[in-house]
Amino acid sequence: MSAPATTTTPLLEVKDLVVEFPTRRGTLRALDQVSFSIAPGEILGVVGESGAGKSLTGAAIIGLLEPPGRIAGGEIRLRGERIDTLPPEAMRRIRGKRIGAIFQDPLTSLNPLFTVGQQLAETIRAHLPLSEQQARERAIQLLADTGIPAPEARFGQYPHQFSGGMRQRVVIALALAAEPELIVADEPTTALDVSIQAQIIALLKRLAREHGTAVMLVTHDMGVIAETCDRVAVLYAGRVAEIGPVAEVIHRPAHPYTRGLMGSIPAMDGERERLAQIEGAMPRLNAIPPGCAYHPRCPHVEPRCRAERPELMDAGATHAACWRVAAVAPAREGTA
Amino acid sequence: MSALVEVRDLARVFDVSAPWLNRLVERKPRQFVHAVDGVSFAIERGRTLALVGESGCGKSTVARLLVGLHAPSRGEVHFDGQRIDSMAAGAALRALRRRMQMIFQDPYASLNPRWRVLDIVAEPLREHGLVQGAAAQAARVGELLRSVGLAEADAQKFPHQFSGGQRQRISIARALATEPEFLVCDEPTSALDVSVQAQVLNIMKDLQKARGLTYLFISHNLAVVRHVSDEVGVMYLGRLVEQAPKAALFSQPRHPYTRMLLDAIPDIGMSGRARTPVQGEVPNPLDPPRGCAFHPRCPHANERCSRERPALATFQGIRVACHAVEEGRIR
Repeated sequence: MSAPATTTTPLLEVKDLVVEFPTRRGTLRALDQVSFSIAPGEILGVVGESGAGKSLTGAAIIGLLEPPGRIAGGEIRLRGERIDTLPPEAMRRIRGKRIGAIFQDPLTSLNPLFTVGQQLAETIRAHLPLSEQQARERAIQLLADTGIPAPEARFGQYPHQFSGGMRQRVVIALALAAEPELIVADEPTTALDVSIQAQIIALLKRLAREHGTAVMLVTHDMGVIAETCDRVAVLYAGRVAEIGPVAEVIHRPAHPYTRGLMGSIPAMDGERERLAQIEGAMPRLNAIPPGCAYHPRCPHVEPRCRAERPELMDAGATHAACWRVAAVAPAREGTA
Repeated sequence: MSALVEVRDLARVFDVSAPWLNRLVERKPRQFVHAVDGVSFAIERGRTLALVGESGCGKSTVARLLVGLHAPSRGEVHFDGQRIDSMAAGAALRALRRRMQMIFQDPYASLNPRWRVLDIVAEPLREHGLVQGAAAQAARVGELLRSVGLAEADAQKFPHQFSGGQRQRISIARALATEPEFLVCDEPTSALDVSVQAQVLNIMKDLQKARGLTYLFISHNLAVVRHVSDEVGVMYLGRLVEQAPKAALFSQPRHPYTRMLLDAIPDIGMSGRARTPVQGEVPNPLDPPRGCAFHPRCPHANERCSRERPALATFQGIRVACHAVEEGRIR
């Protein structure tokens, strides 16, 4: 069974990625055979609850896994070329040049001792063969592109002189500095107020469209996913539970976990007296149940779910890792 | 119908001046933040008022003023017909305090990590001398834990053995220990994942129904507010700009800021509606704009808005502070 053939070759391909943390009490498997791909210009959302492994996936791709975490299996390819096995120095050159990163807290991504302009120009010159003057012009252009008013004046200011939303724009400008092919954005709007969040989302969408940049957007906010992404991958306990076009995953989810997750979100339209709730909590990494990781909380659990781990299966419009999907849609296999 | 909680012209000013020597040497002026600036509202028994707004709008300060964690700089707080903000500390105030409790945002910070759940939940019982004897207290704690969906045996555990959602339930159990009538909930679910948030919100609604609780619910998440509240107040830079019954506020927001907030929510329904992009950011509270604080970001602002601060006026049961609404320029 293969994913639906895309017309373009994927820009990023993650296949059977396994990330492990060795501890004194044995090895914890934080990501377990995660597979997905992103096409050029596409925005892929990665959602899940705390501890599902969404940030870890992003860290593994940009080569910034915190030790002792390590990639223990699978492969990551950027335009067909393996990047997970590159030596740190080669990976450092790719990071920033070909893959840009945006993190949740803009203050930790900026050096408080340098002006915003110095940091931008330095990043630009590290990756592009430009003179100081050209780098300065490009930096001002980037600040203007990300919607910062009076970019010439802002160029000489320090991060503390910027508000939260403006800082996040600077971080986005930094990530875009070398015109990367892929941006990994880890919760880029979570620390921001809703009105600023809307501005940042609109900015990310516009830049991805104009520059043809692929974006991997890690967030726990389904609203942000719905507004921004083309496709979405739902992670649960370090595994992909469901992946597919965003409208299908949100409105016609095939995996019981995705359905539970959707039901638990307070809706802005229509009235619900009680929210659907998923009983229990996501298992800890040292106690992931055998078979399907979701089976202890699943209302549709069958004996097979307890014994055998489901792979991602064709569920019509999406792919879901659920045995019920296999039972419901075995006929599709021949026709799909 | 009388209100259980009533707040009149409540204000709180914080002194954020530089230290005395710096002021002297660097000739810096004293600086003040008007965190809450003339807020009035009433909550009827058994109802939920939600306060929404962006960071720095003063919503958490209102919560803290109500339960007495800050003293107001101006204004009155009434609880069940008695004025409590100026009441002298003593038995009468303690008796009133017992009837109002608070739930905080971060369940990782609000529980003492060295205490067992039993002691955490029993502390208000001991403090107010409500239940005598260890056995009776343990029984009462077990009862409280069961009422929030935890097991009696959990009383012997420590906070680190629980997940975020379970910890927040422990906070709720502790708040319920004194059998309060009024709960102030400051962002009770914003540190939680959505599926866990659903569990906590459901428990809060069930408890309200079973015990007739009155809530003041502080949140920045309008979808959550829509789910839990009866009445919604929108705050901007320390002032209430609109207050309306939930249905009216969400179907027909009046104040331009409320409209902007509603418009900014990411749309999970993906209706593809056109969004008016929000302009600008919340101004520095140290130096708020003159006139209507929202006028630099408001698409309907005119000269009067930059000069004269609008008062909260009532239109068809909806309180809104906006010159444009009052003059009928927007509807």
